[in-house]
Parts: sequence; C-alpha cells; structure tokens
Amino acid sequence: MIKPTTETKQMEEFIDYLNNRYDAGYHNAALMAILHKAQEIFGYITREAIGETSKHLGIPTAHIWGVVTFYHYFTLTPRGKYVISVCLGTACYVKGGKRILSKLMEELKIGLNETTDDKLFTLEAKYCLGCCGLAPVMMINDEVYEKLTTKKVSEIISEIRRSQKAVQTAT
Amino acid sequence: MSKKIKITVNNQEYQVLADQTILQALDNIGFRLPRLCYHPKLSNDGACRICIVEVEGFPNYVTSCTTKVSEGMEIKTNTSELRRARRDILELILDSHPTDCHTCENDGNCELQRISHGIGVKTRHFEGERKKFDLDLSSPSIVRDPNKCILCGRCVRACREIQGVNAIDFVGRGFGATVSTAYNSPINESVCANCGQCIAVCPTAALSEKYHTAELFRELSNEKKLKIVQIAPAVRAAIGESFGLKAGSAMEKQTAAALRKLGFDRVFDTQFSADLTIMEEGSEFLERVTSNGVLPMITSCSPGWIKYCEQFFPELLPNLSTCKSPMSMMSSLIKTYYAKKVGKDPKDILSVAVMPCTAKKYEAEREELKIDGHKLTDIVITTRELGWMIRSAGIDLLTIKEEEFDNFFGSSSGAATIFGVTGGVMEAALRTAYEQYLGETLINIEFEEIRGFKGIKEATVKMGDIDLRVAVAHGLANAKALLEIAKNDPQRYQFIEIMTCPGGCVGGGGQPYAEPGYLSLDEELLKKRASVLYNLDRAKTIRRSHENPEIQRIYKEFLGTPLSQKSHEILHTKYKKKLPQGIYRK
Repeated sequence: MIKPTTETKQMEEFIDYLNNRYDAGYHNAALMAILHKAQEIFGYITREAIGETSKHLGIPTAHIWGVVTFYHYFTLTPRGKYVISVCLGTACYVKGGKRILSKLMEELKIGLNETTDDKLFTLEAKYCLGCCGLAPVMMINDEVYEKLTTKKVSEIISEIRRSQKAVQTAT
Repeated sequence: MSKKIKITVNNQEYQVLADQTILQALDNIGFRLPRLCYHPKLSNDGACRICIVEVEGFPNYVTSCTTKVSEGMEIKTNTSELRRARRDILELILDSHPTDCHTCENDGNCELQRISHGIGVKTRHFEGERKKFDLDLSSPSIVRDPNKCILCGRCVRACREIQGVNAIDFVGRGFGATVSTAYNSPINESVCANCGQCIAVCPTAALSEKYHTAELFRELSNEKKLKIVQIAPAVRAAIGESFGLKAGSAMEKQTAAALRKLGFDRVFDTQFSADLTIMEEGSEFLERVTSNGVLPMITSCSPGWIKYCEQFFPELLPNLSTCKSPMSMMSSLIKTYYAKKVGKDPKDILSVAVMPCTAKKYEAEREELKIDGHKLTDIVITTRELGWMIRSAGIDLLTIKEEEFDNFFGSSSGAATIFGVTGGVMEAALRTAYEQYLGETLINIEFEEIRGFKGIKEATVKMGDIDLRVAVAHGLANAKALLEIAKNDPQRYQFIEIMTCPGGCVGGGGQPYAEPGYLSLDEELLKKRASVLYNLDRAKTIRRSHENPEIQRIYKEFLGTPLSQKSHEILHTKYKKKLPQGIYRK
C-alpha cells in the first residue's frame, strides 16, 4: 500500500470537514469559515482547496478567487513552519521596529512576505499587535517576543535553528 | 398592478408607480440621470455613485439606482452642490483612467466619455497614479484591458446573471482591484464561453473583441487570392445601427454591395449553409427519433454554447447534433467543393465570415473543424468590425446601390433567415422535418410558441403519429435551467435549441453597440432586429430549406444525400470534454 502523503492527508481532513460541517449548497455564508479552515490545514489556500470548496458549495471558482485575493489574511503561497510577524505599529516603529525587521531580513536572507528555502521561516509585517508597552515586539506563530534588540533577534533565530536541527537528527 | 404614489422632483409633482427605484421612476417621467454601473437587465450594485440625487430628509446623497421611491418623497436632481459632487465622483473615477481617448478602440462609443462630457468635466483635477496591468490577449475572441476598467461590475453581473458562466469576478482590493478570472489565468484558459456579452455591457474599452480588421485589409489587397466572404443572417438586421439608422433597418443588399466594394470577389450568404444545416440536422433528428438514437437532440450552431457544454455539461455531448455550424459548413464547402469547381488551391482562397458573434472567432480556431489540417474560416470579423471597415474604406452604406449575393452559395430560404433569432433554428428544422417525415405540406409554418423572448419556450408539435416535444432557450443561464429540467426528466423533450446570446444572434456579442435610448440586452432593441429577419422570411417565396434549388443542386452535384459519407466527412464533427482553469472535477 502506498503511504499517504502529507498533502493527501490534509485533503482528506479538509473534505471530512466540509462533509461533516456543511451540507452541499450551504452557499456564501460558509465561505469565509471554510477558507479559514483551509488555511489552517494546508498552511495556505491551495487551488485544490478552492476547487473542493467550489464544488461543495456550488460557488464559482472565480468568485472564491476574488474573496481569497481580497483579504490580506489569506495567503496563496506555502508559509514556513515559523511565521514571524514584526510589529510596525506606531509604538514599535518609534522604538525601532524597522531595525528589527532589517535584522531579520539579513539573518533569514529573505524579503517581506517571503519564505526561506528550507520552509522554516516566513517574514511578515503587522501594524500593531496590541502590546505597545512591550515595544518593539514580534510574534513567532502564537508567541510574543518583547523589548527586542537586534542582538536578541539573532539569538532567537539561532535558537530555533538549533532546536530544529536537534529534532531532525533525533528522527 | 402596482399602486401609484406622489413624488416631487425639482419642485414639480409627479404620479409614479410605487415599488420602483428613484432612477427607474425618473427614467419614466422624462429624466435621464447619468449612470455607469446601472443596467436595467442586471442586478444593482450601486458601485459607481454617479446617479446620486438629493432626497429631503436624507443626510447624504443617495444613489438613485438602489433607493426605492416612497410616498411624498422630495427629490432634487440638479442642484449646484449635486452637480459638483457628481463631477467630483466622476473625476475620481477618471483619476486613474488613461487619457488616450482619440486612439482608444471605443472612441465615440464610450459611455464614460459621453458622461464626462455631459457632466461637464473640463480638467483633470486629480492626476493620480495610473494602473499598470498587462493586456490579456490570450483569447481569439476577447481582449481585456484592465487599465481601462472602472470597476462598474456590469461584465461580472452579465457573465453571472445572463450567461451563468461566472468566468470573471472582482479580484484583489484597493488600487490593485481588477476584474479577472479564477487564478488570474489568461481568459482563453478560463471558463469564458467567448460570447462577448461582457463587451456589449462594458461602458469603456476594458473589454473588446480581438480586432482582425488590419489583417483583413492586408489580405484584401492580396492579388493572388480569391477572396470570399459570407455574412450571417443577424448581421443584416443590425449593421445599419452602425451608420445611425434606427434599429430594425434591413440592410441585406446594401451590405452585399459594400462587401464587393471592399474588394471581395465573391459575396456569399451564410443563410445558404443554414439551409444546408437544416437538411443535415433535420435528417439527423429524424434518424435519431426513428432509430432510438440519443435524445433530446440539441442544436450545435452557437459556438458559445458548444464551449459551455464541453465544460459544464460534458455528459450531454452525445446529445449535441454532429452538424458543424452554418459558418463552418459554408467554409468547408468553399475550401473543398468550391475550390475544385473554380480550379483553385484551397490555400489561395481567403475565406472570411462576418458574424454577429465574438465566439465565432474562437470557433474558427478549433482543431475539430479543420479539414486535412487546414483552417476553414481564415478570418472572422464582427458586425461592429465590418461597420468600421466600411466607414474606414470610405464607403457610404446608406446611399449605396443595392446588389444581390453571388449565385450558388448566395441563395437561401426564409427558414435560413430566421436562424439569427431565438427559436429560428428550431422553427426552420420543424418546417423541413415535418414535410420530410410526413411527405405532406405544412400549412402554418410560423411556430408562434417558440418565437418571442421568454427565456425558455416549450411546444408540442403534432407530426403524424409522433408528438414532438421541443424546447428553446437563449442566454446560457436560461440554457442551464432548461438542461437541468431535461436531465432530470430525459423523456420530456426530443429536440432542444440553444442560442448563447439573449434573443439569439440578433443580440450577439459582436453586434453594434446599442444606439442611445437602447441598451444591450434590451428586449425592444432585440425585437426590432428580430422583426427584420421575420419580415425577410415572410417576403420570400421559398420558406423551407429543402425547397432551396441550390441546396438541391449541391446534393445532386456533390454531397449525394443528407448524412451521406461525404456529408459526414466535411459537414459533421464531434466535440470533447474540456477542463479549463476554474472547473474542478475529480
């Protein structure tokens, strides 16, 4: 038997979600929730996910494509395991958020909204993460890193890389 | 009947019907406010804001196209503030719009241009950043220039509501927003059926047909080639509108004369091959009925419908008639039989078709229709393009001396004339099938039940021992509804006619832009064009395809009988399932 790839497992999960959660012909009201779920499962919005959603809800693909491209939240390219969101809101900006961002670009050798070749990091900018007292801040996935300096940033990235290597050698 | 209410417009009282929008009410009492996104046949988005009015009691201007009238409403349409606000809105729309009006394809037909003049835009106050999108030249039928798009959304709504194709939608946001296809794929790789209704409703040149006029002018001066043209029925019913004539002017013989003046050696009539189509399709139908073939049989003349069927209803492909369209039948004969007859290599014949249709340009490119790898129709131009070419060549269609079509492929029956209007192919087929099946004369040959502009029309025709159940749909959204019925109840119909465009070919995507006072999709306009064809039919002595003497001659000299092996080789074809971008089927 062929071992199912990550993609087919993700697709199965997504189709199960569609079938269990929404009757066929559920229509527009369900579209946003489904796209959120798709991004959660696949890490980004895949064409296959749009196709399945279109088939399930009976909404034309062109329309779903319009919705996906309208909202900044949805991404059409795969993202890294660690999504780094650097805050460039007013407080963080004044406190040197831009320097933090530049340092990250230098460390990761990628630009804004790009993903490293090893699919480990994606770099994004956010406009206020809601913890201005801790400025400058960034988030890596769900965790907040506060009162950053360029030195701290280097250490955080090195630490993640080190732990990632350890995981790889263990498996 | 809706009740009447009183409203005040600019301090004058009017009685208007309740349950309509302010814009509709104003249209009915002699106003015509500027509008861009509004179209009476489409849903209202209220996107452009040009049609704003002041209403007493409302703090802000209201868009008249989305606000209903109510008892005692006091409306102002032309105050200084309102005029200024309207102008500001328009200037903001123009802000990112190119300034190349005099070189624009839509110069003179552009609604944005007309409205700018009408509202009194004299300077560009806001010189904003310009959009920099690439043109989409992928399709043989339709060109998209998103730089000229003002995001009114008429095309999106026409594609969705009239055609049910949903090839395009709003994509992106803010300054980067545009009308595009699923996955931003080139339109030729999308589900677009090439019908061109988006072009007909577009107020600017963001959507237009792919022009083949330059290529045609070049070929017309090629001395080596025998230049042959054919024109579709619906062209003669509308081309006058390109020259300022009222809708409903018949221009058959004038067009034939103009084509000769343009440099064509032979001017043929697609109606000849429409008669031929009826002979083949009628015989095919009778064969299917009498020998348990696949039913209902569905007509295959309309190229937009063919692509729609390949994509959305591939399971119905066996139901499609195997007949090529009249255009392709004519071109097939020109490149085979006629080439031989005049002793020409098919390569030295230029076969041109003038069609009311943008999808015919796509049809001409189809691999399925080629014979020995040769394209049959070399160039297809629309009615609009022909209008431009005639004017561009300095020919006056209005005073030209009338001329006949060239004989041989120039004669046709009345049945062929009505091919250009919804229900016409069915009616023509019934006229012939009835007489061929029963061997007796059909007394009343005008089938009223399948005429007119109802979206779906049904009729039962008594043909001896058979009760023929037929249905007709025009506009692909109607076609979809009809096909769903037919799929759920396979015994319900035996014969279905589908035309892609509203009203049939007379409302085709390549027809002249509607003259002021009408809009594309307007039933009154379509009726006038249709009446031209019905009148031409009535004026003919031969009104049944099988009575056309030239049709009888081509069977005697070349084809043998309908559905003969020769016919199958050059007049019939088969289509295959298509899976373009935006269709997801596993």
